[in-house]
Amino acid sequence: MRKLIFGLVFAVLPALGLAAGGAVPLDHIETDHTNKESLQRGVTLFTNYCMGCHSMEYARYKRVADDLGIPQELYEENLIFTGAKIGELMKNSMSKDMAAGWFGAPPPDLTLETRLRGESWVYSYLRGFYKDESRPLGVNNVVFPNVGMPHVMVELQGLCAVHPNVGVEASVEPLSGNINNGDLCPQYASEGSMTEAEFNQAMYDLTNFMSYMADPVRVERERLGIFVLIFVAIFFVFAYLLNREYWKDVH
Amino acid sequence: MQKLIQWVDDRLPIVDAWNKHLAKYYAPKNFNVWYFFGSLAMLVLVNQLVTGIWLTMSYNPSAEGAFASVEYIMRDVEWGWLLRYLHSTGASAFFIVVYLHMFRGLMYGSYQKPRELIWIFGMLIYLVLMAEAFMGYLLPWGQMSYWGAQVIVNLFGAIPVIGEDLSLWIRGDYLISGITLNRFFALHVVALPIVLLGLVVLHILALHEVGSNNPDGIDIKKNKDENGIPKDGIPFHPYYSVHDLLGVAVFFFIFFIVVFFFPEMGGLFLEKPNFEPANPLKTPAHIAPVWYFTPFYAMLRAVTIDLFGLPAKFWGVVVMGGAIAILFVLPWLDRSPVRSIRYKGWLSKIALAIFAVSFVILGYLGLVPATEGRTMVAQILTVLYFLYFILMPFYTRMEKTKPVPERVTG
Repeated sequence: MRKLIFGLVFAVLPALGLAAGGAVPLDHIETDHTNKESLQRGVTLFTNYCMGCHSMEYARYKRVADDLGIPQELYEENLIFTGAKIGELMKNSMSKDMAAGWFGAPPPDLTLETRLRGESWVYSYLRGFYKDESRPLGVNNVVFPNVGMPHVMVELQGLCAVHPNVGVEASVEPLSGNINNGDLCPQYASEGSMTEAEFNQAMYDLTNFMSYMADPVRVERERLGIFVLIFVAIFFVFAYLLNREYWKDVH
Repeated sequence: MQKLIQWVDDRLPIVDAWNKHLAKYYAPKNFNVWYFFGSLAMLVLVNQLVTGIWLTMSYNPSAEGAFASVEYIMRDVEWGWLLRYLHSTGASAFFIVVYLHMFRGLMYGSYQKPRELIWIFGMLIYLVLMAEAFMGYLLPWGQMSYWGAQVIVNLFGAIPVIGEDLSLWIRGDYLISGITLNRFFALHVVALPIVLLGLVVLHILALHEVGSNNPDGIDIKKNKDENGIPKDGIPFHPYYSVHDLLGVAVFFFIFFIVVFFFPEMGGLFLEKPNFEPANPLKTPAHIAPVWYFTPFYAMLRAVTIDLFGLPAKFWGVVVMGGAIAILFVLPWLDRSPVRSIRYKGWLSKIALAIFAVSFVILGYLGLVPATEGRTMVAQILTVLYFLYFILMPFYTRMEKTKPVPERVTG
């Protein structure tokens, strides 16, 4: 019974977060699945920082290696930690039951996350962590308030001491020439190994990769779409001429 | 070849059927752009059947495997993504085409005597299509699939006395579960398509018995030449078969733009919450049906008053059912001496315009969360929707109609 109540409570919590998430302003990005360097940096980040907890269980390693132009041996050596074969689904080693015990709810599978919440949401969320001692893990997030996830990339970004400027337009004060809200984080509690620009780029790469994972066929689909439309257009010309020929004798 | 045809024809009337339905089926020569949607509905139906058969080959109808099998189709099955997008886009396209086809019927009085049965078969097709779409929508087993089905099946619970047992019987369980998924799958891929195909055959047989209407609403059989062929008629094949090819090309162009470039259509054709597997413990903040059901959903929500000791929810279901049921008796509500809107009076024109606008706005209201103001607008529009039908016997008889020409006008 207690388990059921806990289950219900934790099931409702993310829903509340999602409900609040709708009103939060976001930083908007356009993803580019043809940018293989960005996707390769993204898969590296994802494998090293996310896959310990989050699976991508609907996708296969091999497809990622092939689509991103990474040789399969290289991928197996550096980006598969579980001993899985390259043709397998990208499940991770953390058991869902244990994860639920540690974090309250098991970390969700992220294969389709950008299609569920949107690319800009993911990009903003990844950059939205800040220090909050009232939370069990010491961090909170402006995009997903009271999130159960730790700031796993704190060693890269550092820890922001105040609310980061997510979804806020930078503005210039006309009299003093000072730039307001120009930085993501105005004040750090601890420094990370990346500059802010590097971290923004890294989070773009990571989001770009996740967007590719959610919709891996996008580039191919749009390429084919052009040919299909050209074919239909040519078909229309012939259909039009045929129709005109027949309808000549209708008065 | 000629011999083969002769051989078969001696045993099966294929030449007769070909002539009756195509080569010597005389259709009015003045069809306009609104007359493309019948053949386009057939095209989309074939698309749904063919892509559906191939999707079935890789789909797993179980609560544990359904969601993963859809992603398997999207990623691992050769051309699976194309089959799936053709099918999901086709579902929405089917309703767009059918709504336009029905509106054509309203405009040109195609339901009037002697075409009442064509209209009724058409309405039955629409009804089965809604059931087919609703059950198909559960199959990907996403969050909105699940909760949408939960809400709709619970509607049956609003019926007094038998309601709760009825919804239990439909679900086969106390909540939507793998058992529900399995039976919806069976109905979606076997039972309803058979009924649908049968109704389509009846719809067309009834049409070819009395002949097609046209934008002037004139009976072309009244004016025949010495060979007994309507003067304003042309053989369906080849004239309209080549003509419909044009419609097919234009339709495909738009359809493929969606399939290849906007398969989610901004969350209208594939809703965002459906990219998360169904979770019976987590209710989404906002549950809305797919866009093609939203006009009726808005009417359901518009009813907020308990009446005669029965809850508002029950009356909402009555209103929603009534909104569809009233379409069935349309042929007997229209008392106008003319068919086409072209020759009806201004009262009919205004009524049709108000009806169409109400339906579209109700569709929008059903998509967005309800607020007090929106509910009031929905209530007014629901009344307008019904007034179009209830007042029809009066305004169609009262108004002054224009004289109908002897022959079709271009």
